[in-house]
Amino acid sequence: MNEFGEIWVYLRTNPLMHLTLTLVAYQIGNWIYKKTNLNPLFNPVLIAMIIIVPVLLISKTSYADYFQGAQFVHFLLGPATVALAIPLYQQFEKVKQSAFAITVSILSGSITAMLSAIFIGKLLNSSTTALISLAPKSTTTPVAMGITEQLGGLPSLTAILVILTGILGAMIGPLILNFLGIKNKKARGLAIGTASHGIGTARAYQINKTAGTFAGLAMGLNALATALLLPLLWHWLF
Amino acid sequence: MLNSLTLILCCQLAGELTVKATGITAPGPVIGMLFLLVILLLKGSVQNELETTANSLLNNLSLLFVPAGVGLMLHFQLIGKEWLPITISLIISTILTIAITGLMMVWLSNDNSDETLSKQNNKNKGLNE
Repeated sequence: MNEFGEIWVYLRTNPLMHLTLTLVAYQIGNWIYKKTNLNPLFNPVLIAMIIIVPVLLISKTSYADYFQGAQFVHFLLGPATVALAIPLYQQFEKVKQSAFAITVSILSGSITAMLSAIFIGKLLNSSTTALISLAPKSTTTPVAMGITEQLGGLPSLTAILVILTGILGAMIGPLILNFLGIKNKKARGLAIGTASHGIGTARAYQINKTAGTFAGLAMGLNALATALLLPLLWHWLF
Repeated sequence: MLNSLTLILCCQLAGELTVKATGITAPGPVIGMLFLLVILLLKGSVQNELETTANSLLNNLSLLFVPAGVGLMLHFQLIGKEWLPITISLIISTILTIAITGLMMVWLSNDNSDETLSKQNNKNKGLNE
């Protein structure tokens, strides 16, 4: 028992265990996702969360301890955002052709995302903390967390709402677009990328390269638009 | 691999520094993406190596959201209290955003054709969603 205890103490403080846990849980999620023919309900991020959170709660591991290991994965979000420049460049001709339409579409979506979240939340008596944390939900995680922190919300709550929005958008996005009869791959990519950032982009990318590229573009421009507009909107509204 | 990773990290660092120096509210990696895009446009081509590195990052993009997602465990209380307005607002707002962005793009570009499907000789027909 003592020996086991020592090993446990060692493992718990070692980043390797939680890094491995993160990868294994995600692999399980991805395996299930593929088995279900990419059914968005079985989103690998969601499955990984459903596996990891109970493991941490049962083993009485704090989030901070978990993050010691998981940060190595988390760190790659930045380089991955930068790497979106490559598919963007490869599709640049297509982007250039309709630069005006793309910019205006993303801006409309971006403003819709912020205002509708704030107004509906306000209407339903959300606390200010929840409202601030909710407002940048369509923006990519690191950006949204930065904005929330600046405005005095809870960055980690924002992280979760951003991810839930991403999963939701990846799940229902194709259904809404089908319902509206939108076939244009660029429009589909822009819509999913604007509403549900990286998770939507990842999903769009898996389905179709054009849609994925435009989703990535929308994610980037929406991040820029939200980062610049939300602080202004917020101070204007409240 | 190493060259392209270095280039990507340099762009990110330049982006972060630009944000710090100018005080703009935009996130560093987004500015870094713009820098890399400008570099590629000036060069006029993408090296295979850079493309491989970028694809290995982008093909596993979902994985990178797991650590932040697990942060859910920090907010069970607040979510327990406010889950209803949060959920309703999140769902309606997401639907509106998708609909308005998609419709605006179709309307402004005056094009609702399914171009990639015909190009890819129906190979991906089953995945057309």
